[in-house]
Amino acid sequence: MSDRDPLFSKKNLKLLSDPMNNSNPITVQVLGICSALAVTAQLKPSVVMAISVVAVLALANVIISLLRNTIPNRIRIIVQLVVIAALVILVDQILKAYVYDVSKQLSVFVGLIITNCIIMGRLEAFALGNKPWQSFLDGMGNAAGYGVILIIVGFFRELFGAGTLYGYKIIPDSWYIANGGFYENNGLMVLSPMALVAVGIIIWVQRSKNRQLIED
Amino acid sequence: MNRNGNTYTFIYASAMVVVVAAILSTVAMSLKPLQKRNFEIEKKKNILASVNIASTAENAEEIYDKKVLKSYVVNINGEEKEGDAFNTDIKKEMAKPIEERVLPVYECQTEDGMKYVFPLRGSGLWGPIWGYISLNEDLNTIYGANFDHEGETPGLGAEISTELFESQFKDNKRLFDEAGNLVSIVVAKVGEVAPKQHKVDGISGGTITSKGLEKMLLDDFTNYKEFLKKKKS
Repeated sequence: MSDRDPLFSKKNLKLLSDPMNNSNPITVQVLGICSALAVTAQLKPSVVMAISVVAVLALANVIISLLRNTIPNRIRIIVQLVVIAALVILVDQILKAYVYDVSKQLSVFVGLIITNCIIMGRLEAFALGNKPWQSFLDGMGNAAGYGVILIIVGFFRELFGAGTLYGYKIIPDSWYIANGGFYENNGLMVLSPMALVAVGIIIWVQRSKNRQLIED
Repeated sequence: MNRNGNTYTFIYASAMVVVVAAILSTVAMSLKPLQKRNFEIEKKKNILASVNIASTAENAEEIYDKKVLKSYVVNINGEEKEGDAFNTDIKKEMAKPIEERVLPVYECQTEDGMKYVFPLRGSGLWGPIWGYISLNEDLNTIYGANFDHEGETPGLGAEISTELFESQFKDNKRLFDEAGNLVSIVVAKVGEVAPKQHKVDGISGGTITSKGLEKMLLDDFTNYKEFLKKKKS
């Protein structure tokens, strides 16, 4: 943090807000798609995954930024990987200790945060060349931009796929055809291809609102 | 010091590894008791699920203490041995020679009478699969089943842990045929013929997991065969 730059200057806030819209890691840069498709069948794992990625990316960005002047150039990718992997293992251990059922649901995907290209991408592109505070904001912003998409997709997939939200029943039982109603859950929603369609729809909505993003 | 020199790089890498290892092992050690407790609760939940009692992480221990009246270990000849059934590590037992192995048995009180629960362990496609089967007092008819896995493919092999698959076992399935031979349960592919009381439908796209489960049932109940025979008579 430089003396001239206040903590929440316009430039710094832009680091937080840009990834939400103009440079969203999922909808604009199309990174981290694998986990976005895999964990979003329900809202709860989406939220936990989003929080985990925020924690890992913000911390990894700060750590790498603090170390940026000491890291030998030739092994910088290895150093980044070690930092990410260590943080992910920490998150995994904490999930296992405090929210066991969620950690069971996320199973391999927590481990796969290590390979999430958003994280390595931000470390290499931002944290290595910027100060810790800016890197922290950049990490928060990018992880939140990723998390928001995860939560939106998870919201619609759980609502239409299972008729519940966060595990609570939303669609009344009496609506279902089995109980003489008119409604049926959409089984396709719980399968991963539908997540891709959902992400596609989000990209469509975003681009129709934000003309800057449309390539010629 | 030259930041791009070999010495600096080596020292940096070594120091980093030591620091990270120290942090991770400290955290792992301090969270171990909590994780172990979660694991035990999960096991109790699974045992209860195999006798068709639903429980949550909060009340599993309480219900377990009330419903599981007795647990003990037996050997391959069906004789009761000394040991703590709940804390028996089946994975470790399976590595021992068959004569030295101990096999846990749980006796559960349910609304439909006394049930016997047997833990099972086998291999799926990617890793271990395990589960619990409960038998009625005749020690032949299956009362309920619960399966779980470590890393089977979601939507394919992982379907063995779903209610849809497990509920097939509740439908009057039997381990022994009329002559008293152990037939176990066939987890059938489409077109595979087996008597109805010895057959459940396998999972489309999860044949290797299905067949692994079938092998697990046959192998593990073969070990329990003497115990079942003794208990019946």
